[in-house]
Amino acid sequence: MTVFDKGVSRRSLMKGGVALTAGLAAPHFFTKSAYAYLNEPTGGTVTLGFNVPQTGAYADEGADELRAYQLAVKHINGEGDGGMLNTFSSKALKGNGILGKKVEYVTGDTQTKSDAARASAKRMIEKDGVVMVTGGSSSGVAIAVQSLCQEAGIIFMAGLTHSNDTTGKDRRANGFRHFFNAYQSGAALAPVLEANYGKDRKAYHLTADYTWGWTQEESIADATEALGWQTVEKVRTPLGAGDFSQYITPVLNSGADVLILNHYGKDMVNSLTQAVQFGLRDKQVNGKDFAIVVPLYSRLMAQGAGENVKGIFGSTNWHWSLSDAGSQAFVKSFGAEYGFPPSQAAHTCYVQALLYADAAERAGTFAPCELGKALEGFEFDGMGNGPTLYRAEDHQCFKKVLVVKGKDNPSSQFDLLEVVQEVPREQVTYDANIPQFAGSLGSCNNGA
Amino acid sequence: MDAFVLQMLNGLDKGGAYALIALGLTLIFGTLGVVNFAHGALFMLGAFCAVTIQKLLTLSKKVKDESITFFDAYKEIPYLETWFGDTGLVIIDYAVPISLLAAIPIMLIIGLIMERGLIRFFYNRSHAEQILVTFGLAIVLQELVKAIYGANPIPTPAPEVVAGSADLGILFGVPGTIVYPYWRLIYLFFSLAVIGGVFAFLQFTTFGMVVRAGMQDRETVGLLGIHVERRFTIVFGIAAVVAGLAGVMYTPILPPDYHIGMEFLVLSFVVVVVGGMGSLPGAVLAGFLLGILQSFASMNEVKSIIPGIDQIIIYLIAVIVLQVRPRGLLGRKGVMEG
Repeated sequence: MTVFDKGVSRRSLMKGGVALTAGLAAPHFFTKSAYAYLNEPTGGTVTLGFNVPQTGAYADEGADELRAYQLAVKHINGEGDGGMLNTFSSKALKGNGILGKKVEYVTGDTQTKSDAARASAKRMIEKDGVVMVTGGSSSGVAIAVQSLCQEAGIIFMAGLTHSNDTTGKDRRANGFRHFFNAYQSGAALAPVLEANYGKDRKAYHLTADYTWGWTQEESIADATEALGWQTVEKVRTPLGAGDFSQYITPVLNSGADVLILNHYGKDMVNSLTQAVQFGLRDKQVNGKDFAIVVPLYSRLMAQGAGENVKGIFGSTNWHWSLSDAGSQAFVKSFGAEYGFPPSQAAHTCYVQALLYADAAERAGTFAPCELGKALEGFEFDGMGNGPTLYRAEDHQCFKKVLVVKGKDNPSSQFDLLEVVQEVPREQVTYDANIPQFAGSLGSCNNGA
Repeated sequence: MDAFVLQMLNGLDKGGAYALIALGLTLIFGTLGVVNFAHGALFMLGAFCAVTIQKLLTLSKKVKDESITFFDAYKEIPYLETWFGDTGLVIIDYAVPISLLAAIPIMLIIGLIMERGLIRFFYNRSHAEQILVTFGLAIVLQELVKAIYGANPIPTPAPEVVAGSADLGILFGVPGTIVYPYWRLIYLFFSLAVIGGVFAFLQFTTFGMVVRAGMQDRETVGLLGIHVERRFTIVFGIAAVVAGLAGVMYTPILPPDYHIGMEFLVLSFVVVVVGGMGSLPGAVLAGFLLGILQSFASMNEVKSIIPGIDQIIIYLIAVIVLQVRPRGLLGRKGVMEG
């Protein structure tokens, strides 16, 4: 006698199996449906993930970003003097955390490497249960982490990332950028370069060989060629090359009278220092004084390059010497905490943390899709860059951009750059789908 | 013409650094038979000798910076400036040359400690084990430096008097066309002098003669009653000094960080292999040769024909040389064979 004789047919066995499987799987579905979105905070705290480079080429900026995030957490939790919360046009935040939950944070080291950054962000999302990941200093890293956050269903608030691609072809619905981009650098710099160096110039580009370098090279070349400048050569250099001498010597006799350094961080310090050592700044070519341009500047970089930055033009997202109430409140707060003024990297990260908190408060939830809607099209002021728009189409902030110059006679150890022009928002605004930026946000992901 | 001369100088300059590190590597390999992956770390420690001396010379007192009104900011005024005025500033300005003198005894002691404390226990072990232990040592040293000095590069400038560039075009009757930084020229002559000094030491002293004999046939030299191991220990110390001095002198060219040694180590091993394992002239020749080739490969004219050649040229040459001359350019029979 077989079991089937007792009325247990193969069909009924299979049905039973399916039912059992469904039963076993049920708690998983229930678990998922019990939460509206990934890492929904249930206790009295909410955790944010600060993923910054603590080692590698951009470690200086990463350290400053982390200081800014820690200060932002203090202010959101109602500690300290409140910083920019006092000047921020939105008054949704009450100084009692976010949605009544005290803000806690975890940190990670991106090592300025995409794989390490993704591993670090993954750990934060899966192990530490963060509701948002933020950080940057390398566009390659920012794009990789943004993509991971999109897949996981977490908001990514980009820190310092200047590549067009972050909110261009690699834009994502779950990713938001406050920092300006290479296109905006070109649009802001071009008129100043024309006023100082004229329309008849020959430019030589040295470019860091990764996404940020490529887009900056393209944007600056487009902007300067529109002035009538000629691009003599575009040379790619490996990230972290160290000794740039073999790339600088060909510039000497190339016929170029402008060297554009599409480098940042340690690369920038090294290439600018070496370009000056090779006498480029004192050279005369085509009957004109040779000029060096650093399209993306920062004070930290200026410190590393020392005297070599004097008289050299570039652009920044923000500078501590701005006199608006928001900037002054932030500088005062940051300076009192750490003893020196914040960098532009610190500024953008601080603002991003506050904007996230404010959006959650306004949306009434940490759910990425609802929170994202609160950021899309959001107009605000009082954060150091004048009236600012978080554009819905590409999640890029539009605000004024600064053109700066290495100061000839600094009055203090921090007074290395002078703001030459505050370029209005209209001049650096572009259509979201121009060829350099064409991309799709896709749909937002709540991760549940 | 001018572009050629500039790239040649560039190549010689880079080659000088490669040759100095490769020379030390070969000295250690030729005498002790040890494949020393910690040699890059010795270069890094030399660079950090300069950083340390600079930090000591610029020990400062904090004075409130009155130009900053938003918060309490402080300026750092070096004690040397407070005590000796302009003379103090000149001493600070000469931090790198001063470090050069200080690095000789420091690196010698580090080398001797390294050899006596660790390396000697691995003389009779396989090359794989030697590589593992020395590589591990390099990582430990790197992490120690990172823990003390942080991960960021530390600017260590050359003295002001040699901060600019020399107009070498004057020598060729075309002023302004060949401009080359003074410090890089100094580095080139320095590396040639150190290489010459090491060769002269090995060639014209009794000590050097014994070392050379030991490199050829260690057993026979031992049978003659010469304590060859003690001399080899000193050779390790000398190799450490050579790597350390190369590191000190390189700091104005490239602000050092904890990883600087590793960046040079890989290239230097390629140099040693191309030159021929155990061959001192081979190491020097290959160092300069690869430096020059790397420099010329970075020329736009070359890169327009073979894109990306600047980043692979050294490894490409290594493959070709090893195909044509498996023992390297000046390699001897029987080294690392069988």
